[in-house]
Amino acid sequence: MDLILEGIKKAFYLLFTFDPEVMGITLLSLGVSGTATFISLLIGISIGTIVALSKFPGRKIVVSLINTGMGLPPVVIGLFVTIFLWRNGPLGFLEILYTPTAMIIAQAVIATPIVMGITLAAIQQLPQKLRLQILALGATRLQMVWILIKEAKLPLLAGVMAGFGGVISEVGASIMVGGNIKGYSRVLTTATVMETSRGNFDIAIALGIILLLLAYFINLILTQIQQRERPR
Amino acid sequence: MIGSTPILEVRNIQVERGGTTILNVPSLLIQEDEILSLIGPNGAGKTTFLQTLSYLWNPFQGEIFFKGKKVETNHSVLEYRRKLAMVFQEPLLFDTTVLNNVASGLKIRGMKRSEIRDRVMEQLDRFGIGHLSNRSAKTLSGGEAQRTSLARAFALQPEILLLDEPFTSLDSPTRESLIEDLEHILQQTRTTAIFATHDRLEALRLSDRMAVMNEGKILQIGSPEEVMNHPVNEWVASFVGVETILNGKVIKRNGGTFLASIEGREIEAVGDAHLGDAVVLCIRPENVTLSTQSHMEATSARNVFAGKILKIAPLGPYQKVHLDCGFPLVAYVTRHSLEELSLTEGKQVRASFKATAVTVIRKVES
Repeated sequence: MDLILEGIKKAFYLLFTFDPEVMGITLLSLGVSGTATFISLLIGISIGTIVALSKFPGRKIVVSLINTGMGLPPVVIGLFVTIFLWRNGPLGFLEILYTPTAMIIAQAVIATPIVMGITLAAIQQLPQKLRLQILALGATRLQMVWILIKEAKLPLLAGVMAGFGGVISEVGASIMVGGNIKGYSRVLTTATVMETSRGNFDIAIALGIILLLLAYFINLILTQIQQRERPR
Repeated sequence: MIGSTPILEVRNIQVERGGTTILNVPSLLIQEDEILSLIGPNGAGKTTFLQTLSYLWNPFQGEIFFKGKKVETNHSVLEYRRKLAMVFQEPLLFDTTVLNNVASGLKIRGMKRSEIRDRVMEQLDRFGIGHLSNRSAKTLSGGEAQRTSLARAFALQPEILLLDEPFTSLDSPTRESLIEDLEHILQQTRTTAIFATHDRLEALRLSDRMAVMNEGKILQIGSPEEVMNHPVNEWVASFVGVETILNGKVIKRNGGTFLASIEGREIEAVGDAHLGDAVVLCIRPENVTLSTQSHMEATSARNVFAGKILKIAPLGPYQKVHLDCGFPLVAYVTRHSLEELSLTEGKQVRASFKATAVTVIRKVES
């Protein structure tokens, strides 16, 4: 019990004293996961919408691949991104393994299928005739797609939350491709794992609490947007 | 009031799905300011036709001319589509306020904010939904939602309005008040409209011309009187509400009228037919008069038959009386008449109808 209380005390101490190391780790976590989520939104919403609105042979296979992608284990993604970025790997020449950039890539790969799958479902659940109605109102195809995305904004925000939640809390891929280098590629999850393995439970609990608070506040903001006072 | 300029012309429109032709309209001309109704049962091709006219159903074969110029050649599809507006059976509103919904088509066109506001306000007032302008579209009743959908269409000031059964999902009083308002607004704005419905009474009320559709084809097109009183075949007759349809053979000609034999009875009808012609006689139930007098009164009706009442069924303001006169005959009587004549099932009556009340369809000999 003392261990936990000590941890909580330490967490608030670190938070309120703006401990430079903890702040650095927190900001890096936010930066890496935020950027990865942003990239996953661009790719996931675009491809999800295209797949939702088009008919082509093998569509069902593509949809099931996207759905499978939503549950891919981060360590598997970490493994493949590591292989790709390894010195002799296909993208080895980029020399970005063990950098925050590699972590952003891995996290974007994790979040993209989540956003894509939710986008696909969100656009598909809109009535088929809504597309015809939008076109009948004189919209171009691009305007139609934009209006459909706006119509699906509530489930799409859930997609943003799921995507961000998935990457801010993942640890396997980040350790594998980022290397958990102090002051450079150490994020909240990798630091928590390391401090726990060292027996520094107070710091680990502090980092865990910060991670929880971060996840909570980001989701609170997104929920506020999602549930914003709708006209009655 | 129908003008003389054709606003829309359709040539050889054909739509296929899964190898089957689901729409086949060789030609159709829509005049400016005209209200044409497409009537037919579910699956007749009305929706497909409206969607084809607005290029929402692609691909299709055939040509569409807007004000004499071919769409795709002289107008882009988008430019043409922006001259139209379409209202669907479901209101299909966006998840925003009523005001934003009515403004949506204008925003799509990139119109100035001030102009949008004026146009939207005008339509909100016109459709009696001004008080709902800040309400979420998701909280509207069926009637309010369909009013919003109609206001959204009218805000575009379309040159042609396409209405795809917009009243079908509404309850009776709501439908009645909306039809009344729409009738008024269409007259006021002189908007050319094509109105699909399966309800012949709605069509009668709103349209200048009626086109009866079935299985993707227009079977008959003409003024409501023409279609209702002179259906071209048995199917149209039955769809437009002719209750009695009898097959017979011409047995005697008599200067402008003829006698046809129907199951041993003779019916006199007006028309040009040859002896031995196979004919279909259509008698509208509102043209049949019932009497309980046992002796023959002097009457101008050329057809008087004794018959027995088989069944009496209420039908809105009427009672629908099924008779056996040696052939089946249906008559409409008011509740008042029913009580005054003490009409009951099994009672013997006299049914009469004029020779001019019989619509004759000549059958092609097979």
